[in-house]
Amino acid sequence: MSAQGTSGRGSGPAVRRGPKFAVIRFPGSNCDQDALHVIRNVLGRPAEYVWHRERDLQGFDVVVLPGGFSYGDYLRTGAVARFAPIMDAVRAHAERGKPVLGICNGFQILCEAHLLPGALVRNTSCRFLCKYVSLRVENADTPFTCAYSEGQVLRIPIAHGEGRYVCDEATLQELEAQRRVLFRYVNARGELTPESNPNGSMGSIAGVANARFNVLGMMPHPERASEKILGSADGRGVFESLVLSAVAVA
Amino acid sequence: MVEPEVYREMGLNDAEYAQILGILGREPTLTELGMFAVMWSEHCGYKYSRPVLSLFRTYREARDKGLLENAGVVPLDERLGIVFKIESHNHPSAVEPFQGAATGVGGILRDVFTMGARPIASLNSLRFGPLEEPRNRYLFEHVVAGIAHYGNCVGVPTVAGEIYFHPCYSGNPLVNAMAVGVVERDRIASAAARGVGNPVLYVGSATGKDGIHGATFASAELDENSESKRPNVQMGDPFLEKLLIEATLEALATGHVIGIQDMGAAGLTCSTCETASKAGTGIEIDVRRVPLREPDMTPYEIMLSESQERMLCILRRGTEQAVMEIFRKWGLNAAVIGQVTDDGMVRVRDNGVVVAEVPARALTEECPTYYLETQEPEYIRQLQSVDVLAIAGQDVTTSTDVLAPILADLPEGREFQPVHPHDATLLRLLDTPSIASKEWATEQYDSMVQAQTVALNGADAAVLRIHGTSKGIALKIDGNGRYGYLDPYVGGQIAVAEAARNVACVGARPVALTDNLNFANPQKPDNFYQFRRSVEGIAHAAEVLETPVVSGNVSFYNETPEGPIFPTPTIGMLGILDDVNRRCQAGFRPDGEGDLIVLLSAYEDPTGGLGGSEYLALVHHTEAGPPPRIDVAGEKRLQQLLLQSIQDGLFASCHDVSDGGLAVCLAESAIWSDTGAAVLLNPNDFPASLPVPALLFGEAQGRVVVTLRTEKQFATLRTRAQQQNIRALWIGTVGGTSLRIALGPTTLLDLPVSLIAGVYRNALPRRMHAPSPQNRTGETP
Repeated sequence: MSAQGTSGRGSGPAVRRGPKFAVIRFPGSNCDQDALHVIRNVLGRPAEYVWHRERDLQGFDVVVLPGGFSYGDYLRTGAVARFAPIMDAVRAHAERGKPVLGICNGFQILCEAHLLPGALVRNTSCRFLCKYVSLRVENADTPFTCAYSEGQVLRIPIAHGEGRYVCDEATLQELEAQRRVLFRYVNARGELTPESNPNGSMGSIAGVANARFNVLGMMPHPERASEKILGSADGRGVFESLVLSAVAVA
Repeated sequence: MVEPEVYREMGLNDAEYAQILGILGREPTLTELGMFAVMWSEHCGYKYSRPVLSLFRTYREARDKGLLENAGVVPLDERLGIVFKIESHNHPSAVEPFQGAATGVGGILRDVFTMGARPIASLNSLRFGPLEEPRNRYLFEHVVAGIAHYGNCVGVPTVAGEIYFHPCYSGNPLVNAMAVGVVERDRIASAAARGVGNPVLYVGSATGKDGIHGATFASAELDENSESKRPNVQMGDPFLEKLLIEATLEALATGHVIGIQDMGAAGLTCSTCETASKAGTGIEIDVRRVPLREPDMTPYEIMLSESQERMLCILRRGTEQAVMEIFRKWGLNAAVIGQVTDDGMVRVRDNGVVVAEVPARALTEECPTYYLETQEPEYIRQLQSVDVLAIAGQDVTTSTDVLAPILADLPEGREFQPVHPHDATLLRLLDTPSIASKEWATEQYDSMVQAQTVALNGADAAVLRIHGTSKGIALKIDGNGRYGYLDPYVGGQIAVAEAARNVACVGARPVALTDNLNFANPQKPDNFYQFRRSVEGIAHAAEVLETPVVSGNVSFYNETPEGPIFPTPTIGMLGILDDVNRRCQAGFRPDGEGDLIVLLSAYEDPTGGLGGSEYLALVHHTEAGPPPRIDVAGEKRLQQLLLQSIQDGLFASCHDVSDGGLAVCLAESAIWSDTGAAVLLNPNDFPASLPVPALLFGEAQGRVVVTLRTEKQFATLRTRAQQQNIRALWIGTVGGTSLRIALGPTTLLDLPVSLIAGVYRNALPRRMHAPSPQNRTGETP
C-alpha cells in the first residue's frame, strides 16, 4: 500500500506568509503539538504557542484552543480553563470578529466561557470513545468550512468522554434557523441515523458556530485527519478554510 | 530490640535480618528496617530471579559492564533512539483495578521520560478470569477504565495490546503496561548521583501516605486478606504526570540536571540509594524538606511512600533556582532536600536529627541472592501425552442453545441456521473473548494523539511514524499462557517468535524486545521450574531472531488459594521500518476482488497445532497435548521472506495465523475489509493424519496468510519462498460477501461476512451488558 504526507515536525513545506495562528497552551493541553504541526508543516503557515498565563494576542489572526485535559479537567471539562489569564484576550479577539477555533477540549472551554452556547456533557455510553466517525458539512459558507462543499461527508476521528452537545430548545431552534450547526455526525453515506451519533449529541451536532460565524467549536479532531498516512486528510479543509477566508478578508 | 514479628511482617526472614545486623553493626531503626525490607524485596532486589535473568545475554553483558541503565536504548538512526520498557501492576490491580492499572501506566511512562525520552506510545497486556463471573467483569471494566483515564489525559496514545481470559487468572488478573519513547541519543539522561556537594532536588507531587510497602505487597501471594491491602495501592494523577513530562524534558534540555530518577517502587528510599550506589557516592536528605500532603508523617512513612508523579534530580551546583523555576512554571513542587556526599551512605535526617544511616550499596548490591530449587511439575508429561488428534477427530454437534445467545443481538443472526459442518465452530471461536474483537476496550483509549499513529486496515502490530524522519516503528505485545502451561520452554519461544512475526507482518524488522515475566510463587520448585524454562525459551528465541532482551520486569506470587496462574511471559517487541510508507495491513483490500490468497508455511507440525489450541479448549474442553511445534530458525527465514516482499510491494495484505487457526485468520482479514473470500484447500497438500479441525483451527506456528494482486506476483513469491525453504500454497481468492472454505469437494464452512463480523464485534459488549453506545432515540435523556 502507499501513502503520502509523511512530513514530520520541522520537515514540511517552507512557511508562507500569513495568516498567523496562535495555539493556546493550557497545562494539560495535549493536542497543542499536533495542531501546531499541521499548521506549520502541512499547511506551511506561521504558528506559535501562547502560554495560558499570557494576556496578549496582538499580531495573531487565528486563535486555536487545542484538545486535551486543561487543568486535568477536574471539576468539569473546561471549567477552570475559562478563568485562565489568556481567556480575556481570546474573548477580545472574538469580539473583533477574528476567528477562534476550539477543538475537543477547546470546544468545551468555549462553551464554559460562553463564547458558544450550550454545554458538553458525558457521552451517553459513559465511556471515553476514540474512533473515526463521519461528519456532514452543513454550512460551507463560513470561514471554517469554505474549502468544503455543503453536504460533503468527511472522515475525522473523535476522542472524548464528554462530547454530548446539549442546549435548551430555544437555543437549538436558533442554531438551526441561523444555520450555525456546521458539522453533524452521519453515517458513511451522509445519512443522519441514531447509530451514527457516537455520543448522544442533540441534533447529532458535532460542531457549532457563534452568531457572527467567527467562533467554531467542534468535538472531532481535524488536526488528526490532515495527512493521509494517519487515515484521512479530510480535516485539513478546516485549516485551509481559515487561510482562504483570511486571504479574502485581506 | 526489634521483635522478629516486625521484620517478618515486612517480608524479611531471620537470615536476612542477621545480615542487616552484620552490615550495620547494630540494631536498625524502624526507618532503616523498612528501607532494607523494600529494597530487598523480590520486586526491587530480584533476589530470586537474578541468577536466571543472567540467561539474557544483553542483560548479563550490560550488568557486568555497569551499563544497565542505557541498555534499553535501541538506535533508530544516527540521531534518535527508541526507549521501551514494560512493567506489571498485577497485585494492585487485583484489589483496586482502576488505580492499580492507572498507576501502572504512569509508572512505566516515568521510567521512559526519566531517560530524557518523550513518551510516544503505550501498550498493555491484560489477563482476566472468564467474563461470566461478575467480579471478573468488574476487574476488566475498571482496569480498562484506569488505563484510559491515565493514558488519555497524559496525552500518550495507547496503540496496541492484547487481552486473554482464562479461569487461572480469576482473582489474580495480569496488568502489564509498556511504554515507548524517543530520545536524542547524545542526550540520554543518567540516573547517577555524581558530584559531591551537588544539590538533590525533589520535584512533582507531594508525598502522602499512599502505597507504603507497595513493593513488599507485590512480593507475596494474594489471599483473602489482600483486600485489606487496598491502602497499599497508590493513587495516580495523570494531569500532574503530563506537567511532569513537559517540565522534566524542559529541565533536562538545560543541561543543568546531572542525574535523575523517578520515584516508583520504594519511593525516596529506592531513588536515593540507587542514584548514590550507581555513582559510588552517598546522599544526605532531610525528610522535613520533602513537600508533604500530611504534616504528621513519620520518617518511616516518608521514606517508604509510593506516592506517584515524583522525581529526584541531582543538579549542577548553583543551578537550583533556574531548574526550580521551570518546575514551578508548570505548577509543580520543587524543593532542595539534600546533597550528594562522598561517604557512600544514605543518611536520612528528620529536622537535622539522623534517623537512618545505611551504606547505599548495602541496599542495592548486597540484596541476598537465592538459587532456588526447580522440579518439573508432574502434570506436564501427563498432559503432553494426550492424543489430541484422536480428540479432535471426534464428531461434535453444536446445539442451538449454544449458538442462540451468540446470534441473538444480530439482525441477521436470528434467522441463521448452520448448514455446513464447521459453521458453528467458527462462530463460537469468533465469539470467544480471547479471540474476539477488543474494540469494546480499545475504543476507550486515545490511540491517535501526537499524530503519529499510522492508519492500517487491521494490523498485526501498531505502526508509528517518527516525526522528523522517514522511518517508522512497529510495536506488538504478545504471550500465550496456555502454551507456557503445557511446555514453559516452548511457550517462551513462541511468545518471542509470534511477537516478532507480527512485527514482520507489517513490514518492520524486529530489533529488540522487553519482557514481563508473570509467574507464581518462586519458592515452590514446580513454579520455579516453569520460570526457569520459560526464560531459557525466551533467551533462545531472542538469540536466534537477533532481538535482544533490552529491558524487562519480573512479577512473582501470581497465585491465589485456588492455585497459580499459567506461566505467562509477555513479550513487547520493537520493529523498525526504514521507510514507513513500505508497510502492510492485515485486512484484505476492500476493492481487492480477485486478489490471490496464499498460505505461507515455514515448517510442519505433526499435530497441526491442535495441542493447547483455543479450539480444543472451547469445543472439547481439553487443555492438553504438546503446544504447537516451534522452529525458531524457520521463523527467521519466514521473517526474511515477509520483509523482502513487503519492501517490494508484493503483498496487498499480510496476517499471521495464530489463535483460532487458519479459519479465524481468514475471517479477521475478511471482517477488517468487509470483503469475502473463497478458499479451496487441496487434500493432497495436507497429511492425511490430520483431522479437518486441525486444518481449520489448529494453531501451527510459522504460518502467514498473504494476498497478492496478480499471478505474476505469486510466481515471484513462490520462487523466493522456495529459496527460503518455505511452502507457498495458493489457497483461494478474495471477493464476494461471504467467507467460504472447502476441502476438495466438501464445503467446510460458508458464512456471510456481515454475520461473522457481527459475532466478532459483539462478543465483548454482550458479555459486559454494555449500555448502548448510541442514544437510539436521538433525544436527550
